[in-house]
Amino acid sequence: MKVTVIVELKPSVLDPQGKAIQHSLSSLGFSGVEDVRAGKLFRITLADSGQSRPEVEQQIRQMCEKLLANTVIENFSYTIEG
Amino acid sequence: MKFGIVVLPGSNCDHDALHVTRDIIGAEAEVLWHKDTDLKGVDCVIIPGGFAYGDYLRAGALAKFAPIMEPIRHHAAAGGIVFGICNGFQVLTEVGLLPGALMRNAHLRFASRDILLRTEETDTPFTSELTNGEILRMPIAHGEGNYFADPATLDELERNRQVIFRYCDSEGRIISEANPNGSARNIAGICNRERNVLGMMPHPERCSEALLGNADGVGVFKSIAASLARV
Repeated sequence: MKVTVIVELKPSVLDPQGKAIQHSLSSLGFSGVEDVRAGKLFRITLADSGQSRPEVEQQIRQMCEKLLANTVIENFSYTIEG
Repeated sequence: MKFGIVVLPGSNCDHDALHVTRDIIGAEAEVLWHKDTDLKGVDCVIIPGGFAYGDYLRAGALAKFAPIMEPIRHHAAAGGIVFGICNGFQVLTEVGLLPGALMRNAHLRFASRDILLRTEETDTPFTSELTNGEILRMPIAHGEGNYFADPATLDELERNRQVIFRYCDSEGRIISEANPNGSARNIAGICNRERNVLGMMPHPERCSEALLGNADGVGVFKSIAASLARV
C-alpha cells in the first residue's frame, strides 16, 4: 500500500522560503506567480497487513501527529493508493 | 549540586557547557549519553547546542525519541531544572516541554553573530542572579531560531511572565531592527509555566569567561548554581 503525505505550514504561518521562491520565479520571468508555499512530501510504502482502510488512515494520522508534522506550525494531508 | 550535559548525536556545544559548569562555576558536571536511561542523580539537565540527528526532518524532531528523553520528562515534571540552549531549545519545543516552535529564520540565512538581550524576568532559577532589564551580549548561531506561537499562546506567555529574554538594542528597546531572526515579539528565551524549564537561542556557554572577551553569559549558570544551592 502506498501512502503520500504532504506536510505544509499552516495558512496563518508566514513562509519566507515560499516567498523567496516566488520572487525567484518572478525574476526568472514567470509572470503572474501570486503565491508560493513550500512544504514536504513523504512517500510511504506499507506492508500489506490486512488492515482495514480506517485502520490504515488512523495509523497514518498518528505518524503525522507524532513525527512527520509539527502541528504547532504545520498541517498534513494524505492520499492512500492500493 | 550536579549538572548533567546531554550528548545527542550531533550535539556540538556539549564540551562548552561542561567546561563552564565544571571549570568556571566549579560545580560537579557529567555527561549524559543519549542512550542512557537515567540521569545519574544530576540536579540540572542541560541540552546543549548543535545539530542533533543532523536536524533531519525538523530541528529537534528526532531527539524526542532518544532514550534519555524519558527520564528528562520525569525530571521536569518533578520540578527539576532543565535548560535547553539553541538546538536544546528546539528539542524542548519538539518534546513538548516548552510551547511554540522554532522556524526557519525569516531572512532564510544562518545567523552567526553577537546580539543583545534584555533580561525580562529574574524570578526563575536561570536568572535569579541577574537584574531586571539587564542587557546581555551573547552570540547566536542558528538557522532556525524564529520563535513562533499562535497569538493566544503568546498572550498567555506574557500573562504568566514566561518570556525571559528578548532581543533588544543597546538602549534596551525591543524593536524589530534588533530582532535577528523574525521571532514573534522579539522572543529569545522562554520558560514553562512552572519556571523550571528554560529554552533560549543565544549561547551563554560561549561567553562565560573574560578570556573569551565576554563573560555576559556566566550569570545564567551562576543563577542555576545559586538556585540549586538554596534547595
